[in-house]
Amino acid sequence: MSNLLESYAEVAGADVVSHLQQLAEPLRGIRVVHVNSTRVGGGVAEILEKLVPLMRELGIDTRWEVIAGEGEFYKCTKSFHNALQGERVVIPGHLLQAYEQVNARNAEQLRPVLEPADVVFIHDPQPAPLLGLCPERKGKWVWRCHIDVSHPDRHVWRYLRRFIMGYDASIFSLAAFAQPLPHPQYLIAPSIDPLSDKNRRLGSGEVESVHARFGLDPDRPLILQVSRFDRFKDPIGVIQAYKLAKSFVPGLQLVLAGGTATDDPEGEAVYSEVRAAAEGDPDIHLLLLPPDAHLTINALQRAAHIVLQKSLREGFGLTVTEALWKGKPVIGGDTGGIRLQVINHHTGFLVDTPEGAALRVRYLLQRPARIEEMGVKGREFVRENYLLTRQLREYLTVLLALRHAGEDRIQLG
Amino acid sequence: MTENNGPATGMEPFAIKDCTLIALATGRKAQNLKELRDQLVAVESSSLYYHFWGGMLHPGFEEREYGNDLGEWAKHCLHDARLAERLAVIDPSGFEDLEEMRQALIDVVEERLDETESLTWVPVDRQFQFIRSQIVVFDTGRSAAAPEALAAIIPELAPESVFYHFIDARQRAPYGEDDFHAWLSAWGERYGELCRRLEAIDPYFTSLHDLRDQIAALFADLLKEANDVEPA
Repeated sequence: MSNLLESYAEVAGADVVSHLQQLAEPLRGIRVVHVNSTRVGGGVAEILEKLVPLMRELGIDTRWEVIAGEGEFYKCTKSFHNALQGERVVIPGHLLQAYEQVNARNAEQLRPVLEPADVVFIHDPQPAPLLGLCPERKGKWVWRCHIDVSHPDRHVWRYLRRFIMGYDASIFSLAAFAQPLPHPQYLIAPSIDPLSDKNRRLGSGEVESVHARFGLDPDRPLILQVSRFDRFKDPIGVIQAYKLAKSFVPGLQLVLAGGTATDDPEGEAVYSEVRAAAEGDPDIHLLLLPPDAHLTINALQRAAHIVLQKSLREGFGLTVTEALWKGKPVIGGDTGGIRLQVINHHTGFLVDTPEGAALRVRYLLQRPARIEEMGVKGREFVRENYLLTRQLREYLTVLLALRHAGEDRIQLG
Repeated sequence: MTENNGPATGMEPFAIKDCTLIALATGRKAQNLKELRDQLVAVESSSLYYHFWGGMLHPGFEEREYGNDLGEWAKHCLHDARLAERLAVIDPSGFEDLEEMRQALIDVVEERLDETESLTWVPVDRQFQFIRSQIVVFDTGRSAAAPEALAAIIPELAPESVFYHFIDARQRAPYGEDDFHAWLSAWGERYGELCRRLEAIDPYFTSLHDLRDQIAALFADLLKEANDVEPA
């Protein structure tokens, strides 16, 4: 077993890795390409960073390609993102043109890699048109959607659907996100990498360092939300919940730590709104962290007593998974993939309002034993369901299933 | 690798298989009882399989009160306890095949529709989403030449192997029989009691880990008894 696989066997279990090796055996040597729009920042890049080397370790010839765009392209794809999550958006024609032009330009570069590949995974809408731009493609193409598209803006979906229809299969994170499409739609929940800087075990010194660095008092309770400064993450609602809870827990501190991704031009505007809502409260700490601040986020999650993810819409909510893995109860919005992870009274609480979040914050801070108990359960829950090894197993299963299209039962060997 | 070959018996070794299930959206949804009925008529049988057995491969915290996804939805989304109880009673092991079970499900839902004066609609995000699955089965390379060797392997089986040999087996011929039972039956009456006790295990309300432990305990006990009474 390679060093990388051994490392995963230590965290996820040797049986899990042996399972992966057996599944990958018939796939040895096939050429797989993943394509997305950013190499750093955001959940997709974080997953691919480890999924790709692991697939290689299992004998699958795997590449990761990133399409290059500029301002108008990202403005357009950010609008797609908002529209697919249900916001009513009108996208000007020149932005759509930029979207198609960027894809056409990237297709020129990528065609020699994509056309001969056995399987191509296209992640999210940004590179979706590449399929139509690779007419000599040999293999199967799969569109992997990481976004909550349960109630998409119809006009935008209709526009994107024409690029997606031709794929051989698509993958959604939840059944509720699937859309009528003329091909099989697989369901794969995302996962976290337990060995990445964002999730690996830290020494107590590393955790404590964030107190001094960000002016946090280690002797007072700390609640945290980690997410991009994005309206769907409801950072204003988190501040409201903090203010409601603060009147009962005067020492309460809040950290809102927002990463930014290269494909998210709206982050700064939302950050300004959040800063206004914080009204200069010295116990509200707004951190605009660079995309590679993984160790800082890891330490903040470990330093927090409770983690919030009060999203109004959520694809899956990997920040929830990360917090549970660190043994923290999560108070999460009752939406999307948060529902799969936050199991009421077991791993945390689902809430619909700032008032609900405030109530659960007060409840947990009054009962440290419950925080501990939920933390232990949450970590085990993630170990069994949401580690990278589970997602990799499902990708391998899809690769095998694509070779046996239409069969409900695939017998290997 | 065949373990503990023992004396030549002419019997085929028991090959340990493993499996993985991948879920697929069917695009079928139900927001009320009438829609549930309509979708039950049309949905692929692999979806019924998934909603009755697939949950075993997803560890949770609480025992499922109503045993299958349809019963859980009836109770927790439609808030119809009567329907949930009637759906919970439907056990796939009690039917010749999934089509027979489909008819039983439709009968229960239609009966409830007849009793109901108005339809309850659930919120859009609480719709019943019909999911189907594909199963990939692969050989682990391990096998047991005799029941004694199998008894030694069972405590180490992956949950997915337990699923394949004890749950999924019931959907394959001979219908309703698990793989251990089918293999042991070929050894004659010597393992008859073990077969009967395996048959008595109700897998519907247990986790795969517990199921493995139950099967392992039966093998260990009964093989010990068989060896104790065996003449020297």
